[in-house]
Amino acid sequence: MATRKSTAKSNVSAEELLGFYRDMLLIRRFEEKAGQLYGMGLIGGFCHLYIGQEAVVVGLESTAKPDDKRITTYRDHGHMLACGMDPKGVMAELTGREGGLSKGKGGSMHMFSKEKHFYGGHGIVGANVPLGAGLAFSDMYKGNDNVTFTYFGDGAANQGQVYETYNMAMLWDLPVIFVIENNKYAMGTSVQRATKSPSLWERGAAYGIKGEEVDGMDVLAVKAAGEKAVAHCRAGKGPYILEIMTYRYRGHSMSDPAKYRTRDEVQKIRAERDAIEHVRELLLTGKHATEDDLKDIDKEIKSIVNDAAEFAKESPEPAVEELWTDIYA
Amino acid sequence: MATEVLMPALSPTMEEGTLAKWLVKEGDSVSSGDILAEIETDKATMEFEAVDEGVIGKILIEAGTEGVKVNTPIAVMVEEGEDVPAESPSAETAPAPSALNGSEGKTAAPAAAAPMPEAPKADTSPDWPEGTEMKSQTVREALRDAMAEEMRSTDEVFVMGEEVAEYQGAYKITQGLLDEFGARRVIDTPITEHGFAGIGVGAAFGGLRPIVEFMTFNFAMQAIDQIINSAAKTLYMSGGQMGCPIVFRGPNGAAARVAAQHSQCYAAWYSHVPGLKVVMPYSAADAKGLLKQAIRDPNPVVFLENEILYGRSFEVPVLDDFTIPFGKAKTWREGSDVTIVSFGIGMTYALEAAERLAEDGIEAEVIDLRTIRPMDTDAILASVMKTNRLVTVEEGFPQSSVGNYITSVVMERAFDYLDAPVINLTGKDVPMPYAANLEKLALVTTDEVVEAVRKVTYR
Ligand SMILES: Cc1ncc(C[n+]2csc(CCOP(=O)(O)OP(=O)(O)O)c2C)c(N)n1
Ligand SMILES: [Mg+2]
Repeated sequence: MATRKSTAKSNVSAEELLGFYRDMLLIRRFEEKAGQLYGMGLIGGFCHLYIGQEAVVVGLESTAKPDDKRITTYRDHGHMLACGMDPKGVMAELTGREGGLSKGKGGSMHMFSKEKHFYGGHGIVGANVPLGAGLAFSDMYKGNDNVTFTYFGDGAANQGQVYETYNMAMLWDLPVIFVIENNKYAMGTSVQRATKSPSLWERGAAYGIKGEEVDGMDVLAVKAAGEKAVAHCRAGKGPYILEIMTYRYRGHSMSDPAKYRTRDEVQKIRAERDAIEHVRELLLTGKHATEDDLKDIDKEIKSIVNDAAEFAKESPEPAVEELWTDIYA
Repeated sequence: MATEVLMPALSPTMEEGTLAKWLVKEGDSVSSGDILAEIETDKATMEFEAVDEGVIGKILIEAGTEGVKVNTPIAVMVEEGEDVPAESPSAETAPAPSALNGSEGKTAAPAAAAPMPEAPKADTSPDWPEGTEMKSQTVREALRDAMAEEMRSTDEVFVMGEEVAEYQGAYKITQGLLDEFGARRVIDTPITEHGFAGIGVGAAFGGLRPIVEFMTFNFAMQAIDQIINSAAKTLYMSGGQMGCPIVFRGPNGAAARVAAQHSQCYAAWYSHVPGLKVVMPYSAADAKGLLKQAIRDPNPVVFLENEILYGRSFEVPVLDDFTIPFGKAKTWREGSDVTIVSFGIGMTYALEAAERLAEDGIEAEVIDLRTIRPMDTDAILASVMKTNRLVTVEEGFPQSSVGNYITSVVMERAFDYLDAPVINLTGKDVPMPYAANLEKLALVTTDEVVEAVRKVTYR
């Protein structure tokens, strides 16, 4: 197979490229493990895996500075790992244990980290979009140059509150990057079956918001677009929209019978467009790493993920008193 | 090393399923993501993918087997070139953790033949020191002063809403704030309740202390998801990390002649929700002290005002800084014959009725809850244990009213003290009509309070 070219100009060092490989692989292996633990009954309820979409969050995180904020939906494990939250704490939250990032009280869809400026993990489709603009508002009010990455899906892009938010974000020049992770489906509804205006980023034009479509299976393209968006926001020019074209390999959640698309469709994208394979090829053909180097990374990731799973199994369930705590500050 | 492949749980409720079809056979090499089998759950037929790479060493459960319990080994995977062990390896199994059974409530169930419970002690401390200078002020002015004082004391406080700045407030509650604090802190929004409520909540997560004004609470219905799902629940869902110090305020309940969509009391709605605090002041002093408290509170507070009360004057203490704590009711009138509990505009009818009843020698104790959540149940119980009779008065609809909740508390904790069934007076069970005569009939009235008291006192 010929090496896929990046659509972006080379904008990374070899070291950074290796970092991308590692970060994306961590997300993929973590999610595979989560799927496995779900199958064993250790994880309950809804569990939405990020497999296939890794380049989106890894590419954008590479453009953030430490104080920038991020907020996303229930499909949040990848975002948490990419911003440096502890895999053990994330996995233990999935198993509903004391050692989880929300002490077992939030679960897969609701996790937060003040320290990493990660503002959730939200289960109501569309609701995190005004919240993200509000976070950006708080930074503008305080007069710093932080930006807020507000991630949401192609399905969420049809919620009314998204457009209420676009309007105010532009009206007040809020430093918010709206990241539409267009994975082509909202549960079982394809974008084509949900709207006749399928270019989601272009809807921002109605409010005067600039944006662009990005190849989300190419981490370098994501990074390049992210840099542009971040520069726009930091310069006080208001919001920016990135519609990142991506694909989820797994079902919507663990209980998705996946009858709305063919297995061939999934296999084809996996085989031809996979973001991790892409970086792997770039590393090998560019002689930035050897097969052995990559094997070492694989091994390291495997052990991180296994440790996280072990921790998530060993950590006790929350004490019964926890039922009554954290209701009021 | 050989590992067992276990029957997966493929839905939140699945306990067993049918292994409908194998898509691999013994000896096949598989890599992560390959479909191994089709499994019928209680909901659908699902594909089951491999998570690791390896070779299918042995299939343990045949295709077509029904009732395969979750976590039963269904196949053995080996590494390339490895033999299938004679005994199946002990796989990475861990039994699912047992669910927490029977959550222990906070209050222990009372013993069967319990003695009469003792009356709790109500907090009757004065709200401000004896002898404090007082001045007459409207509720409107008191609310404005409360916001202005808190905005002066911290830059984190700002006001946003429709017409709050240049127009000076649809009901003039934010009069003068734009002049004093400027457009950075007094922010006119477009008409977009859902959106700006969410932006307010996000700003609170980001460390500010927003005051979000709804032109009336009828319009907050568009924003109720953000108030409940985002503001009220996040502290809990984050294990205590992410608080939301925000005030949602505005007029609530019936104004006059604006009919069904503009005349509804939301006290019972919001009081249902753990994580929210719900305040509904009657007097100007309480409006001021409670709003200042609400702005300082680290939790989301729903602050329900009333348009008819805005123009009413009350005595307000002249103090540089005073607040009224949440969860402390105020006894406006002491009496020994009956307890009337109300809040907000309902207090008008309660107090008028008490005056009229006194002329006939019936002494009513009138309690203003001030905060619906947390609720000062001690004050209610202490009074009911003294008067043995209770009437509640509110403007909202009857079913699942605040009065209903008060009644259940009194039933559980002071049943033997009651000498008559509790009466919950509420608005009528109808959308608010427009016609003047019908509107009057739909609202709770002083006459009805008097009549209810006569009923419970049998006089
Ligand atoms: C307001 C609301 N409506 C419906 C749902 C149920 N639901 C959860 S995810 C989802 C699909 C969302 O798809 P998309 O926005 O494309 O995000 P993706 O799952 O693809 O990441 C739906 C309908 C919900 N959680 N919230
Ligand atoms: Mg989608």
